[in-house]
Amino acid sequence: MSKPKVAFYWCASCGGCEEAVVDLNEVVLDVVDAVDIVFWPVAMDFKVSDVEALADGELAAAFINGAIRNSEQQEVVELLRRKAGAVVAFGACAWLGGIPGLANLSSRESILEFVYQGSPSTPDGDGTRPQEETDVREGRLRLPHFDETVRTLDQVLDVDYYLPGCPPPVNLIAQAVMALVEGKLPEKGSVLAPDVALCAECPRAETKPQDLKVERFFRPYEIVAEPDTCLLAQGLVCLGPATRSGCNAVCIAANMPCTGCMGPTSRVIDHGAKALSAISSLMQTEEKDEIAALAEQIVDPVGTFYRYSLPASLLHRRAQEEPVGAATSGGDGS
Amino acid sequence: MSEQPFEPRIVAFFCNWCTYTAADLAGISRMQYAPNVRAIRLMCSGRVDPQFVLAAFRDGADGVLIGGCHPGDCHYQEGNYNALRRFELLKLLLHDMGIEEERLRLEWISAAEGDKVQRVCNEMTEQVRALGPLRLTTPPRVRPAAPPPERAELVGQVTS
Repeated sequence: MSKPKVAFYWCASCGGCEEAVVDLNEVVLDVVDAVDIVFWPVAMDFKVSDVEALADGELAAAFINGAIRNSEQQEVVELLRRKAGAVVAFGACAWLGGIPGLANLSSRESILEFVYQGSPSTPDGDGTRPQEETDVREGRLRLPHFDETVRTLDQVLDVDYYLPGCPPPVNLIAQAVMALVEGKLPEKGSVLAPDVALCAECPRAETKPQDLKVERFFRPYEIVAEPDTCLLAQGLVCLGPATRSGCNAVCIAANMPCTGCMGPTSRVIDHGAKALSAISSLMQTEEKDEIAALAEQIVDPVGTFYRYSLPASLLHRRAQEEPVGAATSGGDGS
Repeated sequence: MSEQPFEPRIVAFFCNWCTYTAADLAGISRMQYAPNVRAIRLMCSGRVDPQFVLAAFRDGADGVLIGGCHPGDCHYQEGNYNALRRFELLKLLLHDMGIEEERLRLEWISAAEGDKVQRVCNEMTEQVRALGPLRLTTPPRVRPAAPPPERAELVGQVTS
């Protein structure tokens, strides 16, 4: 019997998820033994036409990382959706929007304006912006349309499974691939990671005080954290209480607070709101002015609490003078 | 068809022991106030999860009012302090999300202060009316992500 075929694809992402696949090290040999990789643009020479040539559903799985920001990404993931039995949103960006999702704090127009005109390193010019269509002697050239808003993968198409993390931990990737090969996948829509908060598996959990109260919040550069004591108890904004475990607490081991890349547990709708709730209730004081001053110590609350999940959040993006409607792609652009 | 004047929609989370009782008192006393406020009774202002506030805004509220017992009076000792802590940080977050400060308000209203319910509801309605409707972008959801039942109840379905 031929091996199951799988595809990897990247959208609005940094390439770290691809690194994570390579980081499987010798386990990658087991993976390659078990499956045929038929599409992986970052690592192997395949074309979109190779995917188009497959029968619908012929792929056992498509692992898609990155958020969706332009028409090219949407086109390829929709193609992969048709060809794949299972679509796995791979990593924080595909699941929740990730770091690229923070672009939802800015309008499309302000992004284009800054990148092609306003940025200090952009030479003064005539303000030319890339056109979606350009006629040259050889024919018409096309560039993808830059969408109004960053979307998660499941805001574009039906997703079967989610692998959390920035990037997903190697052991979770290996487990997911093996479960797929052996046909032992859980219920559709599952997040392929433990469903408890990070504090539950934190090596410093024993030093977390029963009644934890914070007198001052610190940013990581402001103090040298004690290596064996709960980071929250030291005033660092650690999102461990509100974030899913499964990462082996690698950031904590490096003495850095959790920033929430594993996303929320299944009981939570809006990761940032829950993280905000958890952190704010730790404030020591009961005085309004002092509470307000403590809140001010959390610089950039959106970037702190929604670092990986703004497009998946209840508000989805910053309110704008002119709302961008149903956040669809398309339109003629500029 | 002529354009309807804007009527703000305000979702109010009132605690069972003080503010909701005060709203009852206002009703019994036949005090009139803006009908724009939709009151939701919770056991405590400390039960107001920031998710509730965001879900209200997302699903069409132009303002959110939270009412709890005065400091020191909480039926559960300190729930209202937690409400205050969340409120102060949530306010900063909403500012960065482009939502005006006046759209979220926290008030301590005791069971005896029916007149304060009247005043606060009227004031907030006028403030939000002056701001105009809250316009948010709603993303299409292909499929709500595998919701446990309680999750679906909490947010409801998204309409676009």
